[in-house]
Amino acid sequence: MKKTKLNHFRMNFKKQWILHVMLIPMVLLLIIFSYYPMTGILIAFEKYNPTLGFFKSPWVGLSNFEYILKLPNTKRVLYNTVYIALMKIILGMIVPIFFALMLDLVKHSGFKRSIQTLIYIPYFLSWVVLSGILIDVLSPSNGIVNELLGVFGAEPIFFLGDEKLFPNVLIITDVWKGFGYGTIIYLAGITSIDPTLYEAAKMDGANRFKQMRHITIPCLVPIIILMATLSMGNILNAGFDQVLNLYNPAVMTTGDIIDTFVYRIGLQNSQYGIASAMGLFKSLVSFLFISVGYWLAYKFADYRIF
Amino acid sequence: MKSKKTGRKRIKQGSIVFDIINYIFLAAVAFLCLLPIVNVLAISFSSSAKAAAGLVKLLPLDFNIQSYKYALTKPQFLSSFLISVQRVILGVVVNMFCTIVTAYPLSKSAKELSGRNIYAWFMFITMIFSGGLIPQFMVVKQLGLMDSIWALVLPGAVPVFNVIILMNFFKQLPKEISESAVMDGAGHLTILCRLYLPLSKPSLATIVLFVVVGHWNEWFNGMLYMTSPLKYPLQTYLQSIIVIRDSSTLAGASKETLEMLSTVSDKTLTSAQIFIAAAPILLIYPFLQKYFMKGLTIGSVKG
Repeated sequence: MKKTKLNHFRMNFKKQWILHVMLIPMVLLLIIFSYYPMTGILIAFEKYNPTLGFFKSPWVGLSNFEYILKLPNTKRVLYNTVYIALMKIILGMIVPIFFALMLDLVKHSGFKRSIQTLIYIPYFLSWVVLSGILIDVLSPSNGIVNELLGVFGAEPIFFLGDEKLFPNVLIITDVWKGFGYGTIIYLAGITSIDPTLYEAAKMDGANRFKQMRHITIPCLVPIIILMATLSMGNILNAGFDQVLNLYNPAVMTTGDIIDTFVYRIGLQNSQYGIASAMGLFKSLVSFLFISVGYWLAYKFADYRIF
Repeated sequence: MKSKKTGRKRIKQGSIVFDIINYIFLAAVAFLCLLPIVNVLAISFSSSAKAAAGLVKLLPLDFNIQSYKYALTKPQFLSSFLISVQRVILGVVVNMFCTIVTAYPLSKSAKELSGRNIYAWFMFITMIFSGGLIPQFMVVKQLGLMDSIWALVLPGAVPVFNVIILMNFFKQLPKEISESAVMDGAGHLTILCRLYLPLSKPSLATIVLFVVVGHWNEWFNGMLYMTSPLKYPLQTYLQSIIVIRDSSTLAGASKETLEMLSTVSDKTLTSAQIFIAAAPILLIYPFLQKYFMKGLTIGSVKG
């Protein structure tokens, strides 16, 4: 009995060793660049000294966290992050769904395709490029957006310098970048709907709006649920790239988010312990939301990642 | 009978009116979506005087390509461009190698590869939990990778999401293909190179495009890990000239000063540099569009 098991193991090894070898690069790289940095979480509980490293720096317990709780900015930063991220998630779903439904009503396929192609372009440009463009077009002195609003008699607005407007500018420009991509996902969902459903509805005399209400939208619900659950993990991702490239001291109170806070405190002011504590808080909360999101996606949309 | 007929006619008319409104609405949104891009493109081809005066709308005024010429002769700009090209090539090679050699074994069942699920979870965990910015930075520093192009390539060498896409694609290939190859005495490497890879060209193309766009557009690691601006990749360099980064000098600056600072920089030159940085993406855009559609259906959204 024992011998056969051993033989079995040998057989397995002979067949499988190459597969294990193939996985070595992945395992090594992830240990070095993902798992080893996870031990750096220790920094959050230390008065970190780079020369002493993760394991030997003096231990300070929870005092970094206590310090953060006392900072007057913490509440603001948390509020800004959640507000901006949540609005991006919500509008980032509603706008593409609406747009996909409207595009679906277009019969002229050339027109449909051209619109898709055009609205999809910003998605592929980096926030550096888009910020460069936005700083130009949103300028209060001679930006084209203010000139356009001027036609309707509006006073020039300093979009990137007004703390009340700034979060909304972030949300809208994020939708601008991403809604073409979202539209294509939902359109793909619409085209995969069983055409016989529509034929049956036509026989019953339903016009296209009724078809939309009773067939297209209900059939999209699973995809909508899937996208909603998977985007839960972004609840603390307010968009580091975008904010870092667009914010300035004038809008700090409403535009500062966890990621930019961590970056400034940690890498510009070298307060590693405090920045890591904030970062750890973000990682843990995100982890919780991503896990719940995947679980819900599995439960309600039968989604399995692997 | 008569009333029914006019009723239908009214619906038809209403439907036509809706169509017209819908077409106009969609076209208007698409136009507004592109307006900023077209506007800045027009600025980059205009004379600095007209651009600075804010006269340029959708078409260039005093059309010229001076800004592009000047940008392309700036040594810093050129070297950044080359670093970005190097980075994309190196990134594609490393990422694709890792993606393929990881996706193939993981596409096997736990029976065919003992420990398959452990490997898969080992990989998946890194996607949902990370040490955060500071520890990652420290590790790269400790490894002595600062200022090396490897710092831009190795930390993200295993793109977990792409591995999952390719793995799912491999999984749905018919089992008979590999079974019959095994009968003929083929090993795993032969099956992977001769059968799986040729069969998955569309998904490989999609992933290559993902990687190219990702590496070309990435700028933050360039800023983080390159201490000398001479080693900045293009997007990082662009960021350093577009965004006034040193906020300490601006703390307490009035709105007017901030506003002035954002307009004094040479508008046409900056615009030209923005478009050179965006050009490679716009050039491969037709392919992007074609393959991303396919990639979406194979990968993330399976419904």
